[in-house]
Amino acid sequence: MIEIRNLTKKFGPFTAVDDISFTVEQGEVLGFLGPNGAGKSTTMKMLTGFLAPTHGTAIVCGHDVRTEPRAVKANIGYLPEGAPLYPDMTPLSLLRFVAEIRGYSGTRRNQRIDEVVALVHLESVLHQRIETLSKGFKRRVGLAQAILHDPEVLILDEPTDGLDPNQKHDVRALIKQMAPGKVIVLSTHILEEVEQVCTRAIIIAEGRLCFDGTPEEFRSESRHHHAVSLTVKTETAPDAAQALESLESVATVEVLPSANGTSSFMLFPRENASLVRDVNRFVHDKGWELEHLHVEQGRLDDVFREITQGAASTV
Amino acid sequence: MKQTWIVFKRELGGYFATPVAYVFLVVYLILSGVFTWYIGGFYERDQADLQTFFLYHPWLYLALIPALSMRMWAEERRSGTIELLLTLPIEMAHAVVGKFLAAWCFVGVALALTTTEWLTVNYLGEPDNGIIVAGYVGSMLMAGGFLAIGSCISALTKNQVIAFVITVVACLGFILSGFPAVLDMFQWAPEFLIEATRSFSFLTHFAAITRGVIDARDLVFFTSLIVFFLYINAVFVDLKKAD
Repeated sequence: MIEIRNLTKKFGPFTAVDDISFTVEQGEVLGFLGPNGAGKSTTMKMLTGFLAPTHGTAIVCGHDVRTEPRAVKANIGYLPEGAPLYPDMTPLSLLRFVAEIRGYSGTRRNQRIDEVVALVHLESVLHQRIETLSKGFKRRVGLAQAILHDPEVLILDEPTDGLDPNQKHDVRALIKQMAPGKVIVLSTHILEEVEQVCTRAIIIAEGRLCFDGTPEEFRSESRHHHAVSLTVKTETAPDAAQALESLESVATVEVLPSANGTSSFMLFPRENASLVRDVNRFVHDKGWELEHLHVEQGRLDDVFREITQGAASTV
Repeated sequence: MKQTWIVFKRELGGYFATPVAYVFLVVYLILSGVFTWYIGGFYERDQADLQTFFLYHPWLYLALIPALSMRMWAEERRSGTIELLLTLPIEMAHAVVGKFLAAWCFVGVALALTTTEWLTVNYLGEPDNGIIVAGYVGSMLMAGGFLAIGSCISALTKNQVIAFVITVVACLGFILSGFPAVLDMFQWAPEFLIEATRSFSFLTHFAAITRGVIDARDLVFFTSLIVFFLYINAVFVDLKKAD
């Protein structure tokens, strides 16, 4: 559905997007991650036909964005960063405008607007000027105009940025609801959002693609993936650190700061070792008094920093 | 064509959604009345025509048209709505022409509201209504020229005040290039250069039309000027939209 081929964008001497290629299939929700200024928005702007690529191209629903930008635009619903809207218009007049541009008219237009308004819950503010609306409502108007024509491809640039937790939840629920049968590409800073909403994550830094995989794969890149954090009473386990290091499935032991009378450790597993079972049995056999035992899922922030800064240092 | 019409409708509606339209209309009507009846000395001239009304139009437009055109693209770029507009399935030409026509139509509304002055001269005497119609046509064409220049300059900046000031200066240039005082300064220049400068003057072409003769040369001048600046406008928008 979306095929990006060697997409490159240069602004003068500065390369914002550097030779990125990937494809996205129907049903996928692609999370686009990267530090600020990494080229996420620029990539999306090229994908939606707003900016012309310097090299390479994007094929959306069979149309080349360089040669048939209008056909691409007709197949895409786009929420630009910050959801810019005409402040003097009302949500209704804005949706009418977009619907007409997208070829709807008469009762079909009104019907479609009614459906979308119900989907994003805009009924209460339909006749208010957009500049008087809260951020959450503005974002919903932005989403409404993007999904108005039931596009096959939905491109959302930071759809939950600046929203409160409830509004974030609503937007994510909406994205999940729409996901089947569509291609959704969204950019975000919130790593948890990728896990909650996306089926696939792509990370770009310095304009280059540095990770492409499922959110689980992304997490498993973490040093802490399947690591075990353990807290025991110190008096019952005087030499816990050395004892734990002797365990076969433990690669390294890290002593963590802990409260008085307790000792905390982070145990990193060797490859393919089922650490938690071993540790559990070990603690039990030694008769240590256990305060806390937890299997880490991997720290997204760490992976993110590692991947993106790793990319930056190679420049 | 249809897309242009939809953009046009939104833009024209946009003028009336804010107080801008009403302030513009009131100021325009008051100023054109003041110029016609007092400064232009309508009563002293003792002639049933609207020469004094049209005489001041270039100056009226010089102040008011940039105020209308300054937001056309500057505001779209500042607020980011340009990204919304240009990722809809339309061509650049639809957006540029739709916006221009809406602004032009708005000036047309302002001009239509001055028909009271036309009725007044008809009540007071027996003017040559053909000349007056020609005057209105000329005034519209000149407004279109100013608007195309203003729209073009508005695409170059995100700041409406800068757009306003530069448009005033550019329009002043187009007015003054026909002034004898300005042309005298070019005494040293070859004749063809003076003629070229004169031929670019709005004043020269507008005055020709308000005399009652709608010459093809004047029509071609204004229409080609509008087309030229709208084309440049589209190029500027394309160049500057990413900033």
